[in-house]
Amino acid sequence: MTALGTPPSPAAAPVRPTLATRLGRVPWGLVLAVAFAVLLLVAVIAPQALTTHLPTAIDYQAALQQPSLAHPFGTDESGRDLYTRVIWGARDSLTIGLGAAAVSVGLALVLGTLAALGVKPVAVVIDRFVEILFAFPALLLALLLIAIAGPSAATQVFAVGIGTAPGYARMIRGQILGARNSGYVEAATALGHSRWRILRAHILPNALRPLVAVFALSIGQSIVWASSLSFLGLGVAPPASEWGALLDAGRQYLTTAWWLVVIPGLVIVAVALAATTIGRHIQARLEKGERS
Amino acid sequence: MSISTETTETDAIVEELDWPATRLRVRNLRTAFRVDGALRPVVHGVSFDLRPGECVAIVGESGSGKSVTARSLVGLAGRSAVVEADELTIHHEDVRGFGPREWKRIRGRDIGFVLQDALVSLDPLRPVGREIDEALRLHGWGGRRARRERVLDLLTRVGVPFPAVRAKQRPDQLSGGLRQRALIASAIALDPDIVIADEPTTALDVTVQAQVLDQLELMKERGASVILISHDLSVVARLADHILVMRGGDVLEQGPAGQVLGAPAHEYTRALIAAVPGEATRGHALTPGAAAVPTKPPAGAVVLEATDLVKRFHTSDGTVTTAVDRVSFSLRAGETLGIVGESGSGKSTTARLALGLEALDGGTVRLLGQPWAPLAESRRRGLRSRIAVVYQDPLSSFDPRWNVERILLDALRSERFPSAEERRARVLELLQQVGLPANVLPRFPLKLSGGQRQRVAIARALAPRPDVIVLDEAVSALDVTIQAQILDLLAELQRESGVAYLFISHDLGVISHLSDRVLVMKDGVVVEEGSPDDVFERPAHPYTRALIAAIPEFDPAARAATTPESETAA
Repeated sequence: MTALGTPPSPAAAPVRPTLATRLGRVPWGLVLAVAFAVLLLVAVIAPQALTTHLPTAIDYQAALQQPSLAHPFGTDESGRDLYTRVIWGARDSLTIGLGAAAVSVGLALVLGTLAALGVKPVAVVIDRFVEILFAFPALLLALLLIAIAGPSAATQVFAVGIGTAPGYARMIRGQILGARNSGYVEAATALGHSRWRILRAHILPNALRPLVAVFALSIGQSIVWASSLSFLGLGVAPPASEWGALLDAGRQYLTTAWWLVVIPGLVIVAVALAATTIGRHIQARLEKGERS
Repeated sequence: MSISTETTETDAIVEELDWPATRLRVRNLRTAFRVDGALRPVVHGVSFDLRPGECVAIVGESGSGKSVTARSLVGLAGRSAVVEADELTIHHEDVRGFGPREWKRIRGRDIGFVLQDALVSLDPLRPVGREIDEALRLHGWGGRRARRERVLDLLTRVGVPFPAVRAKQRPDQLSGGLRQRALIASAIALDPDIVIADEPTTALDVTVQAQVLDQLELMKERGASVILISHDLSVVARLADHILVMRGGDVLEQGPAGQVLGAPAHEYTRALIAAVPGEATRGHALTPGAAAVPTKPPAGAVVLEATDLVKRFHTSDGTVTTAVDRVSFSLRAGETLGIVGESGSGKSTTARLALGLEALDGGTVRLLGQPWAPLAESRRRGLRSRIAVVYQDPLSSFDPRWNVERILLDALRSERFPSAEERRARVLELLQQVGLPANVLPRFPLKLSGGQRQRVAIARALAPRPDVIVLDEAVSALDVTIQAQILDLLAELQRESGVAYLFISHDLGVISHLSDRVLVMKDGVVVEEGSPDDVFERPAHPYTRALIAAIPEFDPAARAATTPESETAA
């Protein structure tokens, strides 16, 4: 409520946006996230393009050096260049992250769909099973699997994937149930379409639309999970420079060489942040598309 | 003045006579909203006076600016609003340039505002008694004990039974009618002499609506001035002394109620009045353009036959409610059977049972003489194209990913339209039948108007050339002129194709306009059945009589004959 009785402002025509407002409208977070994702992709495909050293090149003369121009991320106890190790570690870390995300969402898709649409005994059993899985912390579930199968990159992928699947399964089940009880599904039933056709034409497309976004979100999460397993010494073995393993190795120098822990940690945070930003953007776009 | 007839409220009269004649005076009120740095005008000049004991009604359809006008009068138009007026006085005080604190002083004390939806307007976690108490406390009204008595007194005044019990209950524990009355009680807690009611009875059942209107009428008789905002002419006709008709932010016509309703000067007002369905309009078109409806040929063979339908619902606490209790009816080709009832009467459940979308707990349905329910869905599918449905909310019945073309093509996926060209031709034919241009095909339902969406829904229902269409509150959410167009369209389609309608509605006017036979339902049971003449002229069941008595009288001619002299007094 403003200015009762004052004359109308002459600016009835739309104001041309100034440079400042136009710059303000650029989604900088998204631009940064995409740029970062491109950089990561290069690191995965051709790490040598971004580095001058080798990740395993030992130089005891230059051990535990602070970040400098020669070593932007500093060096570790054997004088290896941390920047190089981080870049070369991207392939392991991201493969584990993506793999785990794929396992997680894939498993969740199967469990969620069956829980929502399966015949009654199957649906109930799966529902309870997912609930029981849900009761365990994801990390505990992952540890259990590693304890059984032994630490390796593959176990890590499956451990993280299975550990995080129950949450997504619940979400997918809810989505499918929501679509199944919607007005348009009833309208399709009233038109005489078969169950199979309704499932294919209405329920699955509408329920699984947000899945792209969920997948992007789960990549970031999986990388963090995988790193925590490596940090606990349950991931890929050294000398591989997977980021969680870097954290684990740097831990003992925490008081003297902070960069060994802080920098890989920041990289993990940045990856998770980028994946989440891109995921949320995709989600927002999909929701907007639904309303157009 | 109308007050002079009131003899019981002597104190009120004495007080009233002391007041200067005009309580609220507005000249050339204009409201605009700031949208992305530009000003978008919404109300372009509203002027009227509000005198003691008088009701000024603002009538209009959605987007007419009537609610914005009401809110602008009391400083509730919102932060992005720019409100201007040549004159705006409340009790002779210029309120232009009032800040939020000054408005707060006036609202509640001088002006009570009754909002449309009591469920969202009341705090869900607070007993309604506390809500009313709050209104008193904020204005420093009396001590705690005095306030408690006042709350009970107010609840009694608005017709809430057992006020001491109700005051302790939360909004979700009250029925819609009680909630709305509690909201009115909080709006009049401080005896404001101006009450603004924004669609106070929309979404209420007709018997409850009658109770709420009684309350407003009583307040008026006690000397309060009422500004009534409504889309419903029959509600307005009952209360208003002076009527403003708005469309697109403009006041098209204003004057004494008898004149506006009885001898409308503007074409739109005439269309609005003509569009109100009811007994008098049966057999006539509601819109000027539509062809006059000739007498229907006699109904043909029975197409849908329901016998002793029973449906029970089990609630989580173990109780069983019988939503539909031994309901039987038959529907003939080319005929419209109206089922009327209030919320919870089981009318929509009956519709779903007839459609085979809900499992029966008893009884049978036959479609075209063949078994239809109970039956496995797979065995029903062959007959599915013979019966179609149109819902109240068409939007939720469309897949949000699909545009109009895909929705209609999908409805034609049956053996009767084998080739793509045939389907395509049929879609264009359907659009023409329901009066939609071909350019809606690539559009999504969300981007269409309410009337257009309902036309798409009707086109989809018509697509497979069904014998029966179930219309479940299909016109209830539409503006009255749009509703009139859809009702005319339905009548025309029935005449052309001989389709039978099972028409479910809470609106007796719509039912009596359209139906050849009427079923009145209450608590899951059919209490009365017959031709509309029998049911509406000579109701046998007390409930039907109560329902009919509750419809606000809307007879413009009668209204014009008895134009109150009070209009010219002040």
